[in-house]
Amino acid sequence: MQTNHEDLAQRCLSGDIRAIARLISLLEDGDRQAYQVFGTLKNSLGRAQIIGITGPPGSGKSTLTDKMIAGLRKRGKRVGVIAVDPSSPFSGGAILGDRLRMQGHATDPGVFIRSLASRGTLGGLSKATASSVNVLDAAGYDCIIIETVGVGQSEVDIVKVADTVILVSVPGLGDDIQVIKAGIMEIGDIFVVNKADRDGADRVVREIRAMLETQAMLKFGKAVPAGPDTLAARNAEAVHHGRLMETPQKTEVEQDPHAALELPPVLKTVAETGEGVDLLLETALKQFETARLSGELEKRRMRAIRAQLQDLVSWQVMEYFLSHEGVQHLDRLSKAVFSHSTDIYSAAETLFEEFFHGGIK
Amino acid sequence: MKRKIRVLVAKPGLDGHDRGAKVIARALRDAGMEVIYTGLRQTPEQIVQAALQEDVDVVALSILSGAHNHLFPRVVELLKENKAEDILVFGGGVIPEDDIPFLKSKGIAEVFGPGTPTSVTVDFIKANIKRK
Repeated sequence: MQTNHEDLAQRCLSGDIRAIARLISLLEDGDRQAYQVFGTLKNSLGRAQIIGITGPPGSGKSTLTDKMIAGLRKRGKRVGVIAVDPSSPFSGGAILGDRLRMQGHATDPGVFIRSLASRGTLGGLSKATASSVNVLDAAGYDCIIIETVGVGQSEVDIVKVADTVILVSVPGLGDDIQVIKAGIMEIGDIFVVNKADRDGADRVVREIRAMLETQAMLKFGKAVPAGPDTLAARNAEAVHHGRLMETPQKTEVEQDPHAALELPPVLKTVAETGEGVDLLLETALKQFETARLSGELEKRRMRAIRAQLQDLVSWQVMEYFLSHEGVQHLDRLSKAVFSHSTDIYSAAETLFEEFFHGGIK
Repeated sequence: MKRKIRVLVAKPGLDGHDRGAKVIARALRDAGMEVIYTGLRQTPEQIVQAALQEDVDVVALSILSGAHNHLFPRVVELLKENKAEDILVFGGGVIPEDDIPFLKSKGIAEVFGPGTPTSVTVDFIKANIKRK
């Protein structure tokens, strides 16, 4: 099917649902020609706020997204959603079930929801996620929410696309060692403890706060104090013992230790009832505005583009080595290494040369 | 470049029995298709908007409440209104034999009753999708 890409681009810009949907499909299927549309769309990019929601399976990401859509609509914003679910490593098929929780918004013309399968990508997103977000951005959605695959510990691709990463935790998943591990706990701009009506929610909040404080103190080279494990807890204890009540002038840190240290906020929500979602939204919108004014957003987006660019090129290299020509070169050189006529590092060098000089058409 | 077949599995109407729909969703997944499952109690409007946004090739409808003669044709009608008649629509569930000719005349491509092997449905989709 030959599609007129310029026509598709124009229809996207005017907000035509079918054009947006079709373009995302073409990008998902790796249609190189479809990239041409970005020649036209590029001038309309960078307007939307991109919010990433990530966290373990069943932590309530979709329900939270549903409630956030409602809150954003109340604020008059048009909302695009990209929800990623895993593909089967065996059949390549997928059940995309995030949308199920958001179907209440299906007939709202100010909301566009699209489900993507991860199609073998392991970082929590799919290859076409960034480009799909760009399509929705160009189509004029003010806020784009990306819901990642349910993640474990190391799926951090969302930082390459989102302006704001919301990391969702729930009570009952593990002890405080889990929160100091490397990986996913390092990428949150806002931490949410969802299902906060369950036992243990406050403990998770405390553990995340303690982790963030330690991180900040290590970063700024300050000693990590002993005693109750968070500033808030220490203050609460001081109040309990009547000490802080006697001192009328609290320092800024005592009033709101996290804000003063500029640590990511840790919020509690019950997505099912919508409790806490409004504060979450306010926090996300405010954070974005602050980052925009301070120039931090610009820096972050530059880093994101750089990472995406790197991905695109490495995917192209991978694609080449899966192509007929690439496979032939691979076979030839593998044999040569096996028969000791060359070593594996020289063979890699040769393949690299071939790829960049004439390998790629 | 290989196109994935995308299917929306939806339950219009008010019955709460989604076992059949889930079995079909699983079977299509195992056949390598991407299945968007919208869940229970969907209006034709919700189903059609989801189908458009998800750019599916197929809409699979499951119903056990008896309202198929009203709800199935309405989905086809709304797709037409949105110039999306290239999306294949078929149905399943508890549907009397006598109603099938009527449904087909309204644009439902096929009706699969209880006990249909899932491979029949998979083959039907592969043979009949309108977009290549």
